[in-house]
Amino acid sequence: MAETLLAVRGLSKRFGGLLASDQIDLDVVRGETHAIIGPNGAGKTTLIGQLAGDLRPDAGSIRFAGQDVTRLDAPLRSRRGLARSFQITSIFRDFSALDNVALAVQAHSGGSFRFWRPARDDRALREPARAALASVGLGERAGVLAANLAHGEQRQLEIAMALATEPRLLLLDEPVAGMGLEESRRMVRFLETLKRRITIVLVEHDMDAVFTLADRISVIVYGRIIATGTPPEVRGNERVRRAYLGEDHTP
Amino acid sequence: MTVSRRAIALAVGCLLLALVPPIAALTNQPFYVDLFRRMMIFAIAAVSLDLILGYGGMVSFGHAAYLGIGAYAVGIPAFHGVDSGWLQWPLAIVASALAALVIGAISLRTSGVYFIMITLAFAQMLYYLGLSLEAYGGDNGMRLAGRSRFGGPIDLHQPAVFYYVVLAILVLFLVLGSRLVASRFGMVIRAAKSNEPRARAIGFSPFRYKLTAFVIAGSAGGLAGALLANQTEYLTPDFMHWTRSGEIMFMVILGGTGTLFGPVIGAIALLLLEDVLSALTVHWQIVLGPILILVVLFAKRGLFGLLPGAAPRDG
Repeated sequence: MAETLLAVRGLSKRFGGLLASDQIDLDVVRGETHAIIGPNGAGKTTLIGQLAGDLRPDAGSIRFAGQDVTRLDAPLRSRRGLARSFQITSIFRDFSALDNVALAVQAHSGGSFRFWRPARDDRALREPARAALASVGLGERAGVLAANLAHGEQRQLEIAMALATEPRLLLLDEPVAGMGLEESRRMVRFLETLKRRITIVLVEHDMDAVFTLADRISVIVYGRIIATGTPPEVRGNERVRRAYLGEDHTP
Repeated sequence: MTVSRRAIALAVGCLLLALVPPIAALTNQPFYVDLFRRMMIFAIAAVSLDLILGYGGMVSFGHAAYLGIGAYAVGIPAFHGVDSGWLQWPLAIVASALAALVIGAISLRTSGVYFIMITLAFAQMLYYLGLSLEAYGGDNGMRLAGRSRFGGPIDLHQPAVFYYVVLAILVLFLVLGSRLVASRFGMVIRAAKSNEPRARAIGFSPFRYKLTAFVIAGSAGGLAGALLANQTEYLTPDFMHWTRSGEIMFMVILGGTGTLFGPVIGAIALLLLEDVLSALTVHWQIVLGPILILVVLFAKRGLFGLLPGAAPRDG
């Protein structure tokens, strides 16, 4: 039996009258790509927020790599090896692409109470950053201001930043959202190579991407996980069809 | 390349400022030594504000508080007969650092308009504290019996000597500041300014870095206050009034936020304008206002951005 990297138990989060997470149990096994799908407003973003540490759950626990991280904030979880990308592109726009990634490297190389040496001359930061940029295909764009990168490139940059922290788990929040067909195909191809070496939790609306990439899928509706299984299992699940996919819209 | 351009800017500016006392002596205009020294003192305060405002995105509207604390750290010991600068100036730095630590630890839990208002409120609290210090002149303030004493050749009563002491502190602070903003520490506060949720997501906990920057800026502001008390040989709670905080912020914006050298130009320009315009009319602020608006609207990086060869983005 493969080792469980992320174990979520009884996770609940309420916003006023809305139960955005309702007793969620979720196991992510080391090495798998686990997709989380569900209609708009089902609670996917709330779940990701709690996994990343931006939202405090009202109840339940999150164990990551064998340790309880429920009470840790986002920076601490990141330093434990839980990296994320955001649904809406989130980068340091007024820094170069290389700076963006070098910052991610820096955040994971001890305290930053160093006041004298220029960070941009620091090979211990720049070289791993260059390697991470190259790995997502942005090697040639290292010196470009992040704001001036194309949308697809900015999404790749986010992933490079996540990879530069050498994470054990990567949370991807709609990585192909807002991309053109060609861009989105390229991203999916990239994620196919990435998933061989890293555990991924993938929230995505694009069903082609989900069924190409996912080893297992959990379906969330009204804050509850109604089914978890392999893509064929989920595709064949009656409750999923009724609740989410609709009888006439089989993925 | 940018580094050497900065070095050139620093060397040229330094040389020009160093020439002020001999030129003033030659032209028999000693007033200019006084004026430019005052500019440099405010430049130190403005550069320190730029560290947190321009690089850290912390819009502190209470920076004059540290000027006041620094000034009282000179004035109160002097009142009790302790006139050693070796004691007064470190006291100014430590006292304003402590104040910045408390103010920062509370204010940095907020952001945006709340941060502006809470730093303003703290500065006004200190202003009213100054007003209530009857023993030290209350709202009238008090005269400084004499400038800080250091012994040896460092005699601040010699206008030129005091001038070069201020210049040396300004240059040292600019050098340290340039290193700081490019260091790992500087990158953290700049990243947090650029996109705090992202900075947190990659593993930075920005709070303690921002607080440290806030304390560094506060202590430099305190040193500027100690210099200002020596400059005017007089101190009043007005040093801490919110309009003074606004003036320092104007200097930063006028000179160019996030440029470090810009606020020096901003301080010189603002005080020069004030000097020239107030000689023409008592309503000089009516002229100053539109000039500031024009700079904010049309010169994104302030006066510094208008300089030939100024880097589009520092780094």
